[in-house]
Amino acid sequence: MTAISDRDQLSYIAAQAADARVNVELETEGMTLNIGPQHPATHGTLRIVAKLDGEQVIAADPIMGYMHRGYEKLAEVRTYPQVTTLINRIDWVGSFANEVPFVLAAEKLMEVEAPPRAAWIRTILFEMSRIANISLFLGDMGLQVGAVTPAFFAFRDREHVLNQIEAATGGRFHPNFDRIGGLKDDLPAGWITETKRAMKKMRNFCDEIEGLLQGNEIFEARCRGIGVIPADVGLSYGLSGANIRASGVDWDTRRDNPCGLVHNELDWKVWTHPDGDSFARFWVRLQEVRESTKMVDQLCDGLPSGPVMAKVPRIIKVPAGEAYVETENPLGVMGYYVVSKGDLTPYRVKIRSASFNNISITPWLLKGVYVPDIVTILGSLYFILGDIDR
Amino acid sequence: MSSTETPTEDEVVAEPDEAREALLASIQTELGDAVVGTHLVPGDDLWVRVTRDAWVAAGEYLHTGLGFQYFSFLSAIDWKPSPFGRDMDAQVDVSLAASADPQGETADTDPADADDGMEQGVAGGETRFQVFARVNDIVNGLGVTLKADLPDEDLVIDSWVPVYAGANWHEREAWEMYGISFNGHPGLRHIYLPSDFEGNPLRKDYPLLSRRMKPWPGIVDVEQMPGDDDPADAAETTEAAE
Repeated sequence: MTAISDRDQLSYIAAQAADARVNVELETEGMTLNIGPQHPATHGTLRIVAKLDGEQVIAADPIMGYMHRGYEKLAEVRTYPQVTTLINRIDWVGSFANEVPFVLAAEKLMEVEAPPRAAWIRTILFEMSRIANISLFLGDMGLQVGAVTPAFFAFRDREHVLNQIEAATGGRFHPNFDRIGGLKDDLPAGWITETKRAMKKMRNFCDEIEGLLQGNEIFEARCRGIGVIPADVGLSYGLSGANIRASGVDWDTRRDNPCGLVHNELDWKVWTHPDGDSFARFWVRLQEVRESTKMVDQLCDGLPSGPVMAKVPRIIKVPAGEAYVETENPLGVMGYYVVSKGDLTPYRVKIRSASFNNISITPWLLKGVYVPDIVTILGSLYFILGDIDR
Repeated sequence: MSSTETPTEDEVVAEPDEAREALLASIQTELGDAVVGTHLVPGDDLWVRVTRDAWVAAGEYLHTGLGFQYFSFLSAIDWKPSPFGRDMDAQVDVSLAASADPQGETADTDPADADDGMEQGVAGGETRFQVFARVNDIVNGLGVTLKADLPDEDLVIDSWVPVYAGANWHEREAWEMYGISFNGHPGLRHIYLPSDFEGNPLRKDYPLLSRRMKPWPGIVDVEQMPGDDDPADAAETTEAAE
């Protein structure tokens, strides 16, 4: 028995060696693998053309634009209040957070300040859209490595947050609730209690995801040490949000440059991870959801009373000037560079969306990885195509 | 709440002001005459306009000399107002009115005359196209917006890719949307638009076709406020505001 298996083994090795020789002699040509445009890992339609050498990627070229809607051009022919309707659709999973920096930029140019209550409610909804957004990521991250259960958990539990966003704003995905100078409306009665209950459920969800994925042998094997981004490379590509914090950079706009939102009055922590790999990005986001639920709880407790809308003219004309405001959105730093010439419409709006920068590292990052890792790396970078294509 | 917010805001206004002034001074000493315009909003933001030749030098100095390692974005702006008129302020769509009455307003909308209306934003400018980019010093929480003028006849500037790798895609976008070339860019290809697309959509003289086909409905669609009785009021307010 042993003799046969030994012989088998020997012939196997011989065959392998022969194959290797043939490969060297023939120099097999590289293969081009087209991934996408439709792929569950992409949240939209991103196409990646990967040149392969065997199982290894030697060059990857992301091709986007399948969802380009030209918001920068469209914003130039819309009045300031109308622009929020467009920019809701940039990152459609965390829509409310998209409105905030633009409205803050317009307020900065108009020298209007939202009343405290409006700023607090804005921060609540801002954090809730982060929870809704990232909980989808947590589920999807399991899906990328073949675990379907976390995705169902995510879609189930995300509803708790979306229901609350809907109760307050009237829209599950596109609230369009932010106004220059405050908010459209106050919170409905009983909303605070329900929200705190939802936050508790989301903390349970985080525990569940942690129990399902963290420590799971397959998940760890597919994510640990895969797609490592050193901090300096990440910075020069303009990575932001959890992607850069997972590379050990302790930088969060919410803490370091709070503009109009009230994160500085809360007790919370910026989580970082030294590894910079796919797992670190997953882990940092998981902690961020937990942190956000705690923030929402504190915000609900400390909500000041008062009006939710400052005095602003009915026809909004923004004085001439330029302003750049960025906030820490679910996907990373999102900023609007607004140029006004004193008209009803912005003269130019440059939308600095997080995913565009986050995904611009992929040609560098995917070089040398194995084909199955493309999916986990893209999944862990977490982008929404609307946030790339704008 | 408002009482607790006011002092913290004053602090923010007072404190980083010195940091920004020091930053501006060091940029000016390093680059000398290449700095042609600056704009500083205390406690808020800093704009520096440099010459086209000093564009990469400015980037390199900020990146390696001053620790502005974080690349935020790079883009361009077209300062020449749209030859199609200011749709939003007009009660009627200028171009439709012009096509209905060729002798009427065509003179105002002639692209050649539009130079007069060109006024550049903060930190000044002399040309129609400006490239602007923003980088951050994440340790000290400072950001700076750099600008550079590009002459119309030679829309070329040196690429930032060797300094900030992330500039690659942003430069491709600026090339496609404004037709600005970047010297030394590893591959200026279309990024959003199909590869056979002609024109530079974000230039102000590139028509937005849907708007050309159909007048803007916004003027008559002004949302009713509770106090208003009839839509005529809303129209009056619009005129009063102008």
